[in-house]
Amino acid sequence: MTATVEKAPTAGSRGSQPPVPEGATTITVKIRRFNPETDTEPCWESFDVPALPTDRVLNLLHYVKWYLDGTLTFRRSCAHGICGSDAMRINGVNRLACKVLVKDLLAGAGKHTTITVEPIKGLPVHKDLLVDMEPFFEAYRAVKPFLITSGNEPTRERIQSAADRERFDDTTKCILCAACTTSCPVFWSEQRYFGPAAIVNAHRFIFDSRDEGAEERLDILNDVDGVWRCRTTFNCTDACPRGIQVTKAIQEVKRALLFRRV
Amino acid sequence: MAATLDSTPALDAPRTPRRAPVRRSNFELYSWLFMRLSGLALVVLVLGHLFIMNILDGGVHRINFAFVAGRWASPFWQFWDLSMLWLAMLHGANGLRTVINDYARRDASRFWLKILLYTATVLTIALGSFVIFTFDPNIGN
Repeated sequence: MTATVEKAPTAGSRGSQPPVPEGATTITVKIRRFNPETDTEPCWESFDVPALPTDRVLNLLHYVKWYLDGTLTFRRSCAHGICGSDAMRINGVNRLACKVLVKDLLAGAGKHTTITVEPIKGLPVHKDLLVDMEPFFEAYRAVKPFLITSGNEPTRERIQSAADRERFDDTTKCILCAACTTSCPVFWSEQRYFGPAAIVNAHRFIFDSRDEGAEERLDILNDVDGVWRCRTTFNCTDACPRGIQVTKAIQEVKRALLFRRV
Repeated sequence: MAATLDSTPALDAPRTPRRAPVRRSNFELYSWLFMRLSGLALVVLVLGHLFIMNILDGGVHRINFAFVAGRWASPFWQFWDLSMLWLAMLHGANGLRTVINDYARRDASRFWLKILLYTATVLTIALGSFVIFTFDPNIGN
């Protein structure tokens, strides 16, 4: 047996295409692609992919990468909506590719389905669907997303009532996928804005009864690039794959600043 | 962007003495609050103004110099028009400032657009206030 090296540019990374499953329809996946080594501008490329209604968009991207074009680049890790790696713009809205089902995107009976996939907007694109997340994480770190306390470490657990926990329960769900921040029109035009995700994670600690850094975080967000920049567009709330009421959280931070009361 | 790629997160070492939070300016907070409150006031002021000027007995057809002079003889309407002028100008200017902050990409264009905005605002407010305070009903005589 001799190993043959396939160098064709359109070959997938896993060889020949598997048999098409029963009930599959061919749909077009239109992907916004960019290769920094050869392209100056991003461009669209379409692939015809057999898809079951129960497939996720991530399956389609896998199919393209594994069997059609191995150079397609995107992030994904757990593929089950927990790690937050595969946020992308699907048909113009920010979604996790692993949580969107093909059956929800199918065109009407008899019509051909085209699904567009783009990288999330407002962050520099490295390659294809892969963006530089550093500006996003920079804003995240800036709000000090960790427990701040004073005095000696207690020897027991820090007790919190269920009612106190309830105040920031919603914002603990964030998986830092950046779907909210990159759906925000303010962030698109001004990357110095902290963005919804950073404010959500500040909210998670500001309203935590065990934390003592609320003043500090509120001061950080009481800035021209902080919460006052929010225009309550609600794009972030629509984009959040965890269903966090992002705009509501931002408004709660505004209220805490306004009345200096947490 | 490239410079930030490989930098390590700037986190304090454990048990570093904590600095008191830097008291930043509350300007953005107050301008945000001003937009809400002046907006509410303007709903009453502007709609009232439009109603009196355009709909109430005869509407726009009865407006002439005498009508304006008659209105401004009363301190109430002077105050109404003055507060409408100030609130509308500051409200509009603050809104445009926000728009410039959001959409002007370069610092230079941001700076000059704001200079233009502030100059126009100050001139309009000054001229309007001047007219309201120094209005002379006998100017024609």
